[in-house]
Amino acid sequence: MTKYPKTAGETLVSIEDLRVTATTDSGRTIEILKGVSFDVRRGEVLALIGESGSGKTTIALSLLAYARAGCHFSGGHVLFDGVDLITLDEGARRKLRGNKVSYVPQSAAASFNPSKKIMDQVVEVAEIHGILDKASARDKAIGLFRSLSLPSPETIGDRYPHQVSGGQLQRLAAAMALLGDPELVVFDEPTTALDVTTQIEVLRAFKSAILDRGMTGVYVSHDLAVVAQISDRIIVLKDGEIQEAGKTEQIVGAPAHPYTQALISAFEPVEAEAAGSRLTKGAVLEMRDVVAGYGNMKSDGKPHIIAVDGVSFALQRGHSLGVIGESGCGKSTLLRVAAGLLPAASGACVLDGKDLRPQVSARSKDELRKMQIVFQLADTALNPAQTVGNIIGRPLTFYHGMKGETRDKQVIELLDMVRMPAQFRHRLPRELSGGQRQRINLARALAAKPDVLLCDEITSALDTVVAAKVLELLKELQRELHLSYLFVSHDIHTVRSLCDEVMVMFGGKKLETFAAADLHAEARHPYTKLLASSLPTLDPGWLDNLKQDPELVRKFAHA
Amino acid sequence: MNKRILEMIGGRLAVAILSLFLVSLAVFFITELLPGDTAQELLGQAVTTEAASQLRETLGLDRPAILRYFEWIFGLLTGDLGYSHVSDRPVASLVAERLPNSLTLAAVTMAITIPLALSLGIFAAIWKGSIFDRAISSVAIMLVSFPEFMIATLLVMWLSVYLQWLPALSFIPTTADLHTVVLAYIMPVSVLVFGSCSQMIRLSRAAIADAMVTPYVEMAMLKGASRSRMVLGHALPNSVAPIVNSVALSMSGLLGGVIIVETVFNYPGLAKLMVDGVSTRDMPLIQTCSMIFCGFYLVLITAADIIAILSNPRLR
Repeated sequence: MTKYPKTAGETLVSIEDLRVTATTDSGRTIEILKGVSFDVRRGEVLALIGESGSGKTTIALSLLAYARAGCHFSGGHVLFDGVDLITLDEGARRKLRGNKVSYVPQSAAASFNPSKKIMDQVVEVAEIHGILDKASARDKAIGLFRSLSLPSPETIGDRYPHQVSGGQLQRLAAAMALLGDPELVVFDEPTTALDVTTQIEVLRAFKSAILDRGMTGVYVSHDLAVVAQISDRIIVLKDGEIQEAGKTEQIVGAPAHPYTQALISAFEPVEAEAAGSRLTKGAVLEMRDVVAGYGNMKSDGKPHIIAVDGVSFALQRGHSLGVIGESGCGKSTLLRVAAGLLPAASGACVLDGKDLRPQVSARSKDELRKMQIVFQLADTALNPAQTVGNIIGRPLTFYHGMKGETRDKQVIELLDMVRMPAQFRHRLPRELSGGQRQRINLARALAAKPDVLLCDEITSALDTVVAAKVLELLKELQRELHLSYLFVSHDIHTVRSLCDEVMVMFGGKKLETFAAADLHAEARHPYTKLLASSLPTLDPGWLDNLKQDPELVRKFAHA
Repeated sequence: MNKRILEMIGGRLAVAILSLFLVSLAVFFITELLPGDTAQELLGQAVTTEAASQLRETLGLDRPAILRYFEWIFGLLTGDLGYSHVSDRPVASLVAERLPNSLTLAAVTMAITIPLALSLGIFAAIWKGSIFDRAISSVAIMLVSFPEFMIATLLVMWLSVYLQWLPALSFIPTTADLHTVVLAYIMPVSVLVFGSCSQMIRLSRAAIADAMVTPYVEMAMLKGASRSRMVLGHALPNSVAPIVNSVALSMSGLLGGVIIVETVFNYPGLAKLMVDGVSTRDMPLIQTCSMIFCGFYLVLITAADIIAILSNPRLR
C-alpha cells in the first residue's frame, strides 16, 4: 500500500486452506495444493512466485473458480467478496469469469483463436456478459489498446492473431482482460514467452494500466526480478505450500526462508573464471562465412529465407563461446549448421583443422563423435520408451563398440560424471525431474567422448535454481574433460557466467564478439547494451528508473 | 483472395487433373487385362477363333491398345463416350438414362447425411462424456463395423419380407406417384445414410474434441463463455478443414455404397449399369463409368482441399 496511492484496502479475496487434488491417468491421486491460505486486498498486486509444479497456476485458476481437467477442489474455500467460489454452480461461475475476475494467459499467441479477428475476441467478454453494446465495446477496446501503447489502435483489432507480434498479442490479451472492468485481474506468467527487450515494453504497459486503474491483481511468475517491478506483496510457493509471504522489498531485500534465499542467490552474477588459466591449443571449431536458411534455393545459390547470413567464428579448444540473441536471430540455426542437421548453403565448417562436409550424413563417424549436440528440451530429446542406461549406452556401443559389462561400467561412470546415482540407469525418462533429464541428455552427449559440445538453450526450460546447478556442472565438466562449448542462449546472464567469449547475433548476422568480462565495456555494440540493460534486476525501482534510447528500442525490439 | 491462395488452388486442380489422367491409364489397361473381350462375349462360348477375330477386326479391337487408348481419351475429351457393342447403343445414351437416377439417390443421401451427421458429431462434442455422447459414439462404431450389403440384406428381410411394409426392389416406373417413389427410396437411402453417417460423426466429434483442449478454448471459457459458445464460436471454426475432409471422404465412400445398394435393390442407376457391363464384358461402358466415378471422387476431394485452404486464416 505504501507504493501506490490506492483506494480502500479491505480484503477482496480470501483463500482459506485451499486444497486441489489431481488424478493421474494411472489413477494415482496427487495433492497439488496442500492447504494454502492468503488474502488479496483491494488495490494491491500480489505476486505468486515459484518453480514449475509449485501450484502457482493452480491457485491463479482457482480465483476464476476453475480447476483444469483431471484436477478438483478437495478442500478449503476461495472467498471472493464473501462468496465461496468453490460452492458455485457452473452458471454462476460463468457469470464471474471475465466479468468480475479476468485472466491474462502465459502465451497470448496460443490463447487467441487463430481463425477469429482480434477485435471480435477482445469484445467477446462484453457480448457474453451483456455489459456493453458492440459499438461502445469497440470504442472501449480501442481506448484500452491506446493506453497499452499498441501501434495503430484503431485498426490493430481488425487483424488476425498471426498478423501481430508476440509482445503486441500479450498487450492485446491484457486489453481483453480489462474490457469488462473486472475487480480482479489474474496475470499468469504473461511475459515469460517474450524476448527481454520486448518484455520491458509489455511490463511498462501493464504497470501503467495497473496504476491508472488502481487495479487489484494477482501476478503469477517464476521470475522474481519481473515480479519485483510490479507487485506490492510476494508469496513464495514450493510443492503446493506457501514458504514465505511478505512485502516485495522484504522478500527481495531480506528473504527469511532458505528457499527464497536460494531463489535470490541464483540472481547473483557469477563471473566465468578467467580463460587464461586453461590451456589453449588453437581453434577446435571454426566456421567461416556461413550462409544457411530454409526453403528452396534461389538462383543466386542462397536459400529462400536466410537464417544465418555470413557468420564466422572460432571456438578455442577448452573454451566456451556463448551465442546470444533474441528469437529469430539465427543462433539455433547456426548450431544446427555446425552439427550438419541443416547443411549450409555456403561457407566452411572446420573441426580440428579438417573441413567438414555440410550434411551430417556425409561426415565420418569420428567427426560425428568429436562434436555432440545437447538439445533444449530433454523431455522430447530422450526416447520415452528407453531406460536411462540404454539411452547413455547406445552412443557407447555406436562410437566405441562397448558391450555388456564394460558398457555398464561406463554408463555408471557417466552417471557419476553428471552427479547422478548409478541405480538411475534402470529408470525411464518420465520418472525423472526436468533437471535430471537434462543431466541425462548431457551424459548421452558425453558418452561419445566429444571435444565439442553444442548446447542449444539447455537451461532455458529449467527452473532458476536447477539451471544454476546445471551450469555449475558444465563448468566442472569442462575442467575435468577439457571440453569446448558452443553455448546458444537468449539469456545474457547465463552466457556470461559460463563463457569466455560472447558472440551477439541479430537478424542472422553477427554483430560483435567480445570477452565475457567486457560485457559492460563502453565499446559494446548498442544492441548488446540494450540486451544487457533489458534484463530485470531484483531492485523494485529498476523498471521505473530504466532509461533506454527509444530510437534503439524501435530498431531492435520486436515489440 | 491473394496470389498465394490462387497458387495453392491452382496446384490442387493440377494434381486432380494429373490424377484423372493416371486413373484413365489404369482403367483402360486394367480392363484390357480382364480375361475375354467383347467379341467373345457377343459370340458366346462356342465360337470359333476365326469368327471371333473377324468380329474383332470389324470392331477395331485388333489394333494396338495404345492407339485405342488415345482414341478413347480423345473421345472422352470431345464428349464422345464410346459405343457399347453389347447393347448396340452409344454409351452416352446409356449413361444419360441412368446417371440422373444415381445422382438423385446420392443427393437425397447427402441432404440427409451431412446435417444429421454433423449435428450429431457436434452435439456429442458439446456434451462430451455424457450419455448422449456415449450412445452416439457406440452406435456409430457399431454401424461402421457393419458392411453395407449386410445392412441392406437385413433391412430387406425385416421391412420387406417380414413386415412387408416396403418394396424389396427399388425399380421406379415413370408413371409412379410420389408415394411409391418415397417408399422405393426409403431403404436404399437408409443403407447409404447409415454407411456414410458413422465415419462423419466420429471424425467431426474428434476434430472438435481436439480443438476443445487448446489454450484458446480455455481462454474463451475463462472469459465466461458457455459450452456451446466454446464449441460453435471457437472450436468449430478451427475444425472446418478436418470436418470438410471427413465429409468428402464419407461422400466418396458413398460411391462404393451406391454400387452395392443399386445391385441389392436393383435400382436403375449408373453403378448397376456398370456392374451389368462387367458381366457382359462391355469395355467401353465399364471404362466410361469408371471414369465418371473417379471424376466424382476427385471433384469431392479437391473441393474439400480447396475449402480447407480457404478456411485457413493464415492464408487470408
